[in-house]
Amino acid sequence: MKKFLIPLGLFLVLVGFLAVGLTRNPQEIPSPLVGKSAPGFALPTLDRSAPSFGPQDMRGQVWMLNVWATWCVSCREEHPLLVAFSKANQLPIVGLSYKEIQSQDMPSGSKMSPEDKLQRARERSAQWLQRYGNPYAATVFDLDGRVGIDYGVYGVPETYVIDQKGVIRYKRVGVITQELLDAQILPLVKKLNAL
Amino acid sequence: MITNFLGIKRLMQGFFFLLAAAAVGTAQSKEAEPSAKEPLIEQRLIHISEELRCLVCQNESLASSRAELANDLREEVRLLIRQDKSDAAIKAYLVERYGDFVLYRPEVKPLTWLLWFGPFALLLCGLVGMALYVRQRQAVQKLAKPLSEKERDQVRVLLKNGESP
Repeated sequence: MKKFLIPLGLFLVLVGFLAVGLTRNPQEIPSPLVGKSAPGFALPTLDRSAPSFGPQDMRGQVWMLNVWATWCVSCREEHPLLVAFSKANQLPIVGLSYKEIQSQDMPSGSKMSPEDKLQRARERSAQWLQRYGNPYAATVFDLDGRVGIDYGVYGVPETYVIDQKGVIRYKRVGVITQELLDAQILPLVKKLNAL
Repeated sequence: MITNFLGIKRLMQGFFFLLAAAAVGTAQSKEAEPSAKEPLIEQRLIHISEELRCLVCQNESLASSRAELANDLREEVRLLIRQDKSDAAIKAYLVERYGDFVLYRPEVKPLTWLLWFGPFALLLCGLVGMALYVRQRQAVQKLAKPLSEKERDQVRVLLKNGESP
């Protein structure tokens, strides 16, 4: 028997495991929220059309929740895709502005009042959306990140697909790509709309 | 792939924070304030958050991470402690949102069996393999007969020739 084949085989198995490991993204953590009800919130909106906005306002339709911020570089990367996608009118996208005002934005030593923060966040976001296009049916502000915690946000951008009954069906941490849209999100939306 | 993550930003922030702290030396005094006020809460916070993973910088515990999300989550845990929630309830609260991954010591359940028992299974495989190998060798050695007197002479001749050709 060729004995040297045993360590070689073991080595190849190890290489196999490591090779698979390389293709996986350690930042992608399976979300426990998929299949659960989207946590409720009532947050101020960008256009002030309503005093507050929440998932309950989207009941009865399939919609997308996109977590973003103007300081988030990769949000800019996925933004053109979202703008193009929103023009196709396949499902409404709600923008959740996550902690728009960061600690370094505040004058050192003093605390900004929540009203000032909201004012500043509205200005900055409106400017940004005007510049890069606005794919959002509504934009809401999670200034202190508490809603973010409820949604398990740990890396912006994040995207959720929520069904008619308010159940989270899909979560993506990181940039949305055309491939993801075509291969996962659109088929899912089609399936959900057929229900 | 996720190129810019909170992580990169935080890393930079951490770097500047260090710079700032080195330059000014006062930056940390603000952070330490709450612990002086509520030592019991801080104690519990540290106890709990040492067992929790920071999701941004994944190899750091929530207790030691300086990422902003870790700050927020510590604040959240403080809040839950003030509400008199048990350690288990607080951990469950975070697992509900971020998954088992936030626990440094994941629960033992079918999904994590491989994680918990895999190394022992491998060890067992190794032991069985070794036992088989040793047995086989012993069997081979038993088969070998001691040399006869004639063979010994031959060996001696061979060895001698080898020494002085």
